[in-house]
Amino acid sequence: MTQIEREEMEFDVVVVGGGPAGLAAAIRLRQIAPETSVCLIEKGSEIGAHIVSGAVIEPRALEELLPDWRDRNAPLRTPVTEEHMLYLTPHRAINIPALDRVMPHMNNHGNFVVSLGEVCRWLGEQAEEAGVEIYPGFSGAELLIENNRVAGIITGDMGIERDGTQGGNFAPGMILRAKQTILTEGARGSLSAHAMQRFGLRKGVESQTYALGIKEVWEIPKENHRPGLVQHSFGWPLDDHTYGGAWLYHFGENLVSYGFVTGLDYANTYLSPFEEMQRTKLHPAFRKHFEGGKRIIYGARALSEGGFQSIPRLSFPGGVLAGDSAGFLNVPKIKGTHTAMKSGMLAAEAVAEALTKDTTEASTFTALVKDSWLWSELRDVRNIRPAFSKWGMKLGALYSGIDSMIFRGRTPWTLHHPHADNETLKPAALCKKIAYPKPDNKLTFDRVSSVFLSSTNHEENQPVHLKLRNQSIWRTVNHDVFDSPESRYCPAGVYEQEQDGTEWNLRINAQNCVHCKTCDIKDPTQNIEWCTPEGGGGPNYPVGM
Amino acid sequence: MTALVLLEIEHGEVRQASRSAVAAASRFGDVDVIVLGEGAEAAARLPGVRNVLSAASLTHDLAEPAAALLAAHTSGYSHVVAAASAGGKNILPRLAGLLDVQPIPEVVEIKDENTFVRPIYAGNALATVRSSDTIKVLTIRGSSFDPVSKEGGSATIQTLNAPATEDFSRFVRVELSKSDRPELESARVVVSGGKGMKDAEHFKLLEPLADKLGAAIGASRAAVDSGFAPNEMQVGQTGKIVAPELYIALGLSGAIQHLAGMKDSRVIVAINMDPEAPIFRVADYGIVGDLFTILPELEKAL
Amino acid sequence: MTMKVLVPVKRVVDYNVKVRVAADGSGVETQGVKMSMNPFDEIAIEEAVRLREKGAATEVVAVSIGVQASQDTLRTALAMGADRAILIRTNETLEPLAVAGLLKIIVEREAPGLVCMGKQAIDDDMNATGQILAAKLGWPQGTFASAVTIADGRAEIAREIDGGTEVISLALPAVVTADLRLNEPRYASLPNIMKARKKPLETLDAADLGVDLAPRLTIVSVAEPAERKEGVKLNSAAELVEKLKTEAKVI
Repeated sequence: MTQIEREEMEFDVVVVGGGPAGLAAAIRLRQIAPETSVCLIEKGSEIGAHIVSGAVIEPRALEELLPDWRDRNAPLRTPVTEEHMLYLTPHRAINIPALDRVMPHMNNHGNFVVSLGEVCRWLGEQAEEAGVEIYPGFSGAELLIENNRVAGIITGDMGIERDGTQGGNFAPGMILRAKQTILTEGARGSLSAHAMQRFGLRKGVESQTYALGIKEVWEIPKENHRPGLVQHSFGWPLDDHTYGGAWLYHFGENLVSYGFVTGLDYANTYLSPFEEMQRTKLHPAFRKHFEGGKRIIYGARALSEGGFQSIPRLSFPGGVLAGDSAGFLNVPKIKGTHTAMKSGMLAAEAVAEALTKDTTEASTFTALVKDSWLWSELRDVRNIRPAFSKWGMKLGALYSGIDSMIFRGRTPWTLHHPHADNETLKPAALCKKIAYPKPDNKLTFDRVSSVFLSSTNHEENQPVHLKLRNQSIWRTVNHDVFDSPESRYCPAGVYEQEQDGTEWNLRINAQNCVHCKTCDIKDPTQNIEWCTPEGGGGPNYPVGM
Repeated sequence: MTALVLLEIEHGEVRQASRSAVAAASRFGDVDVIVLGEGAEAAARLPGVRNVLSAASLTHDLAEPAAALLAAHTSGYSHVVAAASAGGKNILPRLAGLLDVQPIPEVVEIKDENTFVRPIYAGNALATVRSSDTIKVLTIRGSSFDPVSKEGGSATIQTLNAPATEDFSRFVRVELSKSDRPELESARVVVSGGKGMKDAEHFKLLEPLADKLGAAIGASRAAVDSGFAPNEMQVGQTGKIVAPELYIALGLSGAIQHLAGMKDSRVIVAINMDPEAPIFRVADYGIVGDLFTILPELEKAL
Repeated sequence: MTMKVLVPVKRVVDYNVKVRVAADGSGVETQGVKMSMNPFDEIAIEEAVRLREKGAATEVVAVSIGVQASQDTLRTALAMGADRAILIRTNETLEPLAVAGLLKIIVEREAPGLVCMGKQAIDDDMNATGQILAAKLGWPQGTFASAVTIADGRAEIAREIDGGTEVISLALPAVVTADLRLNEPRYASLPNIMKARKKPLETLDAADLGVDLAPRLTIVSVAEPAERKEGVKLNSAAELVEKLKTEAKVI
């Protein structure tokens, strides 16, 4: 291979990923060290284009970052006014009473229902105003490693043809040199994975576990809209051994955010998170909210659920991990924005110190995290998600109540995540098929028409960014043993098994990919390789998402 | 009120899209037509036409002399109309510039003499607009108006002296497509294949049918991705947007991305094995069955 | 010999975005959706930059008319290779007639040898600004161009027409509008985006240019196209041909 000539640019700090963590880190850096040059890149076509979240957010971290956020017109416009936690049976919904005591983490008083994509766009404006250089449409393809440290990143090449050759419009990726690199790519980021592996950051911590969140935004008639209404559910349609549930928030101008989270440690290979999400809308407790409405946006994203037990070493020579790249989501709260932002701000403080003292590693980051509310918050809820895996949904919920009400999170024990998510599927022969209802095209839909509403596109001629590392393993393991689970867990219909005579093949519609990373997490033998596609590709979620 | 319609002549006959323009213009009152180059006689035979203005000396439809000639003859007309063809879209906006009016392109519905419906955002929305200009300059979409027939009228022919052509725009040559197949985006009929065509070899079976219908050939993204057909044949959101008179979809499921590229076709025919295929939801005529059996039968019946 | 190419560019809803008609029927939702340079304008910029790279032109000036954020679109044009940019600021949605009026002022000021622009914007799909501008300037026009060659003070333009290509020769100065096949525009690469931050960008106010900007068209309503109704299922090819001939009258 010929050496590609790359242009270079040098910054004090490069931030990879324009979500809440990365933007908070960038803003904080410019606040505490105004002379620091900060460059932020984002693979989405604009800030917010790849953001998927519920979202009810707690303004705590924002308050610390930009105390005057109200005056700056932050898009936190819908305060939570009413909330319900429902336990669903196939036809009924039981409202959990005294929610604030049984599930104190679910108390949303003082929180806001937002479009996180909109919040990020606003944070992006604040960052630019603070002097951060933001470049959307460029992916971080590789870490630049020199002398055993990260010395920056290399952005993705553009204009590579499907066969891997350089097309007429080839534009080589650029080297962005940095004294410190902040990785805030969200769950399962590819550079973060490389850094963790290269510097052994996961040594001594438990496997990260994940969930898949699938979301729709609906526009409903004004007379049915109850801004600030927050509803969560668990129970039906999932069985007791599968973690997950639905959310439904009324917010903004006649908008409803509806979504479904499925723990990716599920065992039944026939489970389809997408269809669980679709059919939950048919439940009387949900159906009524969509009456007369129209679905306007669709999207999906994996999130980390490992929590406290799974947080890796946070710094490495030349950089740090923050936000969901490190796994700072608070699962029982179902919130990660405030923790992501806080981790980004602390990362910025540690990085600023490293720059001043000219040290290679911002090793004070871990101590800063341990001394902050972020740590105690995650520590106190550390047993709740594992309890659900261990004892199922009903007993898990009971345990969660006891842990929270009696021990207030200060239990002397810690429950563990026994498996990585790719190890939990059972062979098809041991699984029960699930009969999902056919889409009615009013309330429920198929994958293809859903992906359409994510405005997803990838430049047509680029190499396929999803590949099987080993074709024959797909046939012998995925097909023969598990009956092609990827054709069900992928919320974008990327994977289809196809019969050609007696032979079975996997068809990969990589153009549909919404970058949720589920295949990278759940494939039983980790045989699917998720390469970063050309920058600007993937979904184009509008404000509202 | 009287409308003036710019006609296009092909092989000595008035093009169908121009005959649709005459039909649309007749809503406004009397219709006069103008013909650049040969063809005044064919124009005079169109039913409902009052006068034919013939500028036979203009041998090519260059926009500069054409728009100048039109501008010199618009007095007394309330509307100037043409088909939304490559020619109409070249000349009429220039005329509008000369007259200082805002043209109204690609009209699909006439509400009244001032109010028109036209697609925006590639047909994803329809705008109803009301014009305040004294002369309305509009192009109309042929597939939205039934054309007048070729014969039945007997208009008078009035010869115009075309202005001297200036050297600042010169016709050099025209290269008509070597293939007999029309361009996908301007074809009157499109025959399109999907993944159900099985492979590249079987995809070729669409050619004889397309030949018989004088149709362009299209493909779904799945068919293109599978290598059955080249990228430029792709119809859909990320491919070409087509709106032919007749769209025949074979072995094509009708993914929403594909529908976005052809749903404005006037008549849609779907042939598919799967009775649940979404394409049937938009098709005017559907046949459920094995396309490799139906295809030869269809060819024979034509 | 110097020859300037002026390239008007428009900021539009990105072509990947599924547009949505506003609930009150007043238009299409453009709040909070991704905006980009009109794809046909990217082609026009690319052609202008190629003409300069070939030595046929000496300077490429991009001009945009719209809200302040249109400067992002101009920055993209600069990153693709334009030398400088002019923003004519207005918060009104202007029709092609008004846009052509403003462009005429800029043309008179800049005196380009060629105006190269997209054949239409993918939002209002008007396909008219280039033709109107040419008419107002009294210049020849080469619309729907698939090839542009400059030689001896003339431009030879290959144009996409129904069923083929027409070649015409225009005396310069002229207006050319770009069709899809003219070229494949280059990427605005990261290094070039960084460099574009330093290229000159001048801002004018549309209201100061003395052009009548009043709209001639009133938008009565904007609606979603009616959904097609499911038709009939037939049993044979013969029946289909019969229906297409007698009922639909398309063959």
